[in-house]
Amino acid sequence: MTADLTRATAAELAELLTRGETSSREVTQALLERTGAVDEAVHSYLHVDTSGALAAADDVDRRRGAGEDLHPLAGVPIAVKDVMTTRGLPTTCGSRILEGWVPPYDATLVTRLRAAGMPILGKTNMDEFAMGSSTEHSAYGPSRNPWDLGRIPGGSGGGSSSVVASFQAPLAIGTDTGGSIRQPAAVTGTVGTKPTYGGVSRYGLVALASSLDQAGPCSRTVLDAALLHEVIGGHDPMDSTSIDAPVPPVVDAARRADVTGLRIGIVRELTGEGFQAGVQRRFDEAVQHLVDAGAEVVEVSCPSFTYALAAYYLILPSEASSNLAKFDAMRYGLRVAPDGVAAPSAEQVMAATREAGFGPEVKRRIILGTYALSSGYYDAYYGSAQKVRRLIADDFARAFGTADVLVSPTAPTTAFPFGDKLEDPMAMYLNDIATIPANLAGIPGISVPSGLADEDGLPAGFQVLAPAMADDRLYAVAAALEARLTAAWGGHLLDRAPELTTEVSR
Amino acid sequence: MSDLTRDDVAHLAGLARIDLTDDELDRMVGELGVILEAVATVQQAPIADAEPMSHPMPLVNVTRPDVVRPSLTPEEALAGAPDAEEQRFSVPRILDDE
Repeated sequence: MTADLTRATAAELAELLTRGETSSREVTQALLERTGAVDEAVHSYLHVDTSGALAAADDVDRRRGAGEDLHPLAGVPIAVKDVMTTRGLPTTCGSRILEGWVPPYDATLVTRLRAAGMPILGKTNMDEFAMGSSTEHSAYGPSRNPWDLGRIPGGSGGGSSSVVASFQAPLAIGTDTGGSIRQPAAVTGTVGTKPTYGGVSRYGLVALASSLDQAGPCSRTVLDAALLHEVIGGHDPMDSTSIDAPVPPVVDAARRADVTGLRIGIVRELTGEGFQAGVQRRFDEAVQHLVDAGAEVVEVSCPSFTYALAAYYLILPSEASSNLAKFDAMRYGLRVAPDGVAAPSAEQVMAATREAGFGPEVKRRIILGTYALSSGYYDAYYGSAQKVRRLIADDFARAFGTADVLVSPTAPTTAFPFGDKLEDPMAMYLNDIATIPANLAGIPGISVPSGLADEDGLPAGFQVLAPAMADDRLYAVAAALEARLTAAWGGHLLDRAPELTTEVSR
Repeated sequence: MSDLTRDDVAHLAGLARIDLTDDELDRMVGELGVILEAVATVQQAPIADAEPMSHPMPLVNVTRPDVVRPSLTPEEALAGAPDAEEQRFSVPRILDDE
């Protein structure tokens, strides 16, 4: 029996399971026990499905015992962000308006996880409807960063980043509309991928901004992310924006970790000014590691990125104001009657419900989107933002003419303390400065740990971006960097994170 | 740039079907003003000749064969409803009294 099953990677667990050296029940049980020990402090989960996970584990163990041909990840447990619908399991999106809602159907990617025999441990916390960079906008309280429980785990997918960083799950599902997989990965010392737009089905992903949303893998290693990417990726007829092409060879790329002759473009607009010194230093070292591994560095300029944040905060609220109109108190979710109205109309009930059910950030963005789309302002705001979006896509196309991948720090800073940016929405939005351009253009991106910043000892992330459907390049670069850095560190970065259980028992 | 008034925000909240308290309105006017000023910079970008982009991929109609496939049962569809009656969603009145 190997040491601690909770610290094993998904790839290691898959090996142990295949060789019969452990059972899925044993693994699932160990992870659930870990959750029992640490999640009161970390608060990664909104819902833990102990019985469902163990039943799925037993089923896989039985099938393995019967000699069935199983998926390589069969029996490896996973946590799922609470924005994906799960049949029979609550799905709240971190919002009061969906408190207690149990969807009658599975998202396509959840169907694929179940088909692969991966027990679903529970649903992870998030900023309400994925609007935020800290989980402070969750209606159910924030998740905490395992590196420092007084700091944010990133957002919106802070539940998924912290659940893998605190060894409660080897894998988790995230969704990334402007950085919600990559920024949480960066600030927790974990790995997260936003696949090419259309690479993973959005069917059953409760939409924030339909032209930007993309689900993807969260993990502790690059190979694990690739293994999960392969499970959830691929065409889905239930999503009309799903790409009808094979999943890029991500696992192969992660295993080969070959960057020989690869041209790596440093985006001038996404380095230097505005980036914390320690984050920038780890980034510069990471680039040198890649050069040592055989890559070639070029500098590229994407001048329109200067306007990306502004365009994003018009396009996203516009789409969100439309998508969130379905929360109308009529077919599912919360229904609240207005105070002091004898026989309220449907519209009055709707307005009272949305007042009670939505938090401040959601209200802010819906109203901003309503404004950006209103006649008289449409051209000046939403229309201009759509044109900027084109310029950004053009900048990427030009940059990928001279570079095979682009790189930058994932987030401008390490994890900040709770409350730091809560009262200043624009300061919060700036967290996504380096991640947003990829969503606007629909290209894939990954964040992989680059080390700890000198000034605060907290994790920083290294972002790699590739052209659409060249997701395999992300994994080649990230795996090459991971191999060199873990060799230099003498182990995984998370080995240096504080021990949580002792903290809790104190 | 931002000339959003308290009345404007109240009107927008009405369009978005969100009741706001007086306190929320006061906060929102200030916050939206700051955000609008920041996002208005899109107008300074060199966008004169840019084709608007609404989506990362060229959008095409995607259809499927017109055949019946499994879907939710009425019970499943109504399972999350705040109120249901005779296999239908039950909603507050949708017409005015007069």
